[in-house]
Amino acid sequence: MTTAARPVIDVVDLRKRYGRVEALAGLTMTVGPGEVFGFLGPNGAGKTTTVKLLLGLARPSGGRGTLLGAPLGDREARRRVGYLPELFRFQPWLRGREVLALHADLIGLPSVGRAKTFDDTLELVGLADRAGTAVGGFSKGMQQRLGLGVALLGDPALVILDEPTSALDPIGRMDVRGILRTAKDRGAAIFLNSHLLSEVEQVCDRIAIVDHGVVVAEGSLASVLGVQETRVRCEAFAPSDLAALAPFGPARVDGLDLVFNDLPTERVPDLVVALVGLGVRIQSISSGRESLEQRFLELVDHRAEPAA
Amino acid sequence: MITIARLTIGEAARRRVLWVLVILALIAVGITGWGVDRLVTIARASGTREVTIQLGVSQILIFIAFQFSFVLAMTAAFLASPAIAGDLESGIALALLARPLRRGSYLMGRWLGLAIVLVAYGAGQALLAIVVVGQVSGYSPPSVLLPIVYLSAEGLIVLTLSLLLSTRLPPIGAGAIAVVAFGLSWMSGAIERVGIAIAASNPGVNLEIVGQVGRALLPTDGLWRGVIYGLEPGIVIAAASTNPLAEANPFFASSPPTLAFLAWAVAWVVIVILIAAFSLRRREL
Repeated sequence: MTTAARPVIDVVDLRKRYGRVEALAGLTMTVGPGEVFGFLGPNGAGKTTTVKLLLGLARPSGGRGTLLGAPLGDREARRRVGYLPELFRFQPWLRGREVLALHADLIGLPSVGRAKTFDDTLELVGLADRAGTAVGGFSKGMQQRLGLGVALLGDPALVILDEPTSALDPIGRMDVRGILRTAKDRGAAIFLNSHLLSEVEQVCDRIAIVDHGVVVAEGSLASVLGVQETRVRCEAFAPSDLAALAPFGPARVDGLDLVFNDLPTERVPDLVVALVGLGVRIQSISSGRESLEQRFLELVDHRAEPAA
Repeated sequence: MITIARLTIGEAARRRVLWVLVILALIAVGITGWGVDRLVTIARASGTREVTIQLGVSQILIFIAFQFSFVLAMTAAFLASPAIAGDLESGIALALLARPLRRGSYLMGRWLGLAIVLVAYGAGQALLAIVVVGQVSGYSPPSVLLPIVYLSAEGLIVLTLSLLLSTRLPPIGAGAIAVVAFGLSWMSGAIERVGIAIAASNPGVNLEIVGQVGRALLPTDGLWRGVIYGLEPGIVIAAASTNPLAEANPFFASSPPTLAFLAWAVAWVVIVILIAAFSLRRREL
């Protein structure tokens, strides 16, 4: 694999036990460079544990993995990673700009141009007018915005965001989507850990759904959501008419509905003509995929949540 | 490490801890100076001999240092016990330690920053107290530097222990254990002294081992003997040399700490910092 195509995250059979509780039970996934990757799962599925293992904040009990090509926990690799923890807290006595300066020191950001970088970052996350305010006086939403700014500082190759909009109102969430697109345009890969399905649906190139510590589905949104269905609710349809509809692909009868899989939208008018020709009376036609929420609920086991 | 040390000092200054300590130091020294001045004035007015007054002031100074050593120990525990435990509990550590920052560097940065604040406070107040007492009474201890160094070292020992405990325990627990350990170390030294008094009439009694174990586990009491030795006038040491019971007094020291003990105190700090770094490195966040 060439350097350019090397995954930013690559974990195989990653495991983590906390005493008797198995938080991760053999997690395997890959995130490519420049990709916006949604990591979905119910509470207690192992999402935050995965993030902590990726960053070396906790040690895996088994399995292996790399972050930006280096083993998990590698110190130098972390220089190119931005991270917004789910529990975002910063020194309350520092001012907004000073928090950025602290993290700039920690990642070794060159001192030349720092002032502009701080200004741009604060502007990006909507805190330009709060640069001199102590973090202790910030609302939760403002702290989360600051955390997002900290995570994006220094144009990291990978940005790991753990529930980045949990404290934000709808306007803030929309802002975050814009910020993520900006980061993606700069070439950063984004690992978005979230249980907000609509958010993931709108910004992610690929997703993985994790449940009970294992990935139960991974791929592009379309591939995870499955086939596009076209449903025709009709009267006076005889099962023997199915043969005449063979040119429109395999069809099945589901109650009052005639269901076609992956029928191109442009062929729907032809289907209507054919059905009318067969003497079928059409009541309605709908076309679409399962929503992410429906697919998520199908995939995720609703057994009792693990303790960790 | 330097970034975290700077952050720690900045935190002490910004959260007004530093200024509260400075104000408390000034108040304590002011009251000490006023009290000693009153005592000396009354003693001189009543015709007490100057040598007696100087002896009395030296003992008062040792007693003040004794109290201050407890205050310094509690300050060290109060500063250090939340330093790491607080960051871990609040989640502040998550954002810091996800950076390319070694946990050992984070710990050392915390230690260095707190040590600078603590020594500045401890040494500052001790020096000011010695100078003020000298001004109002005319008594200056034979060494100004050594008692201050030993006193500061006592504070650093408690600071280091608190920081170790802070890697695993919540702030209140870490602080309370460190202060109790400091008290027990002093107690072990006091028991050793009581043993000397008992041994005068009953030679079979030897409680020296209690003091030795106490000093080995936490070298604060041994350093405290150094503070006493530095503050007492030579005449007291000379007079006590003929009295075998003098060593039974917990506020008297006939000799300074040995070089071997001082080397152990330094080694103790290094070992405890290494254990703390190991403990923090193994800690799951």
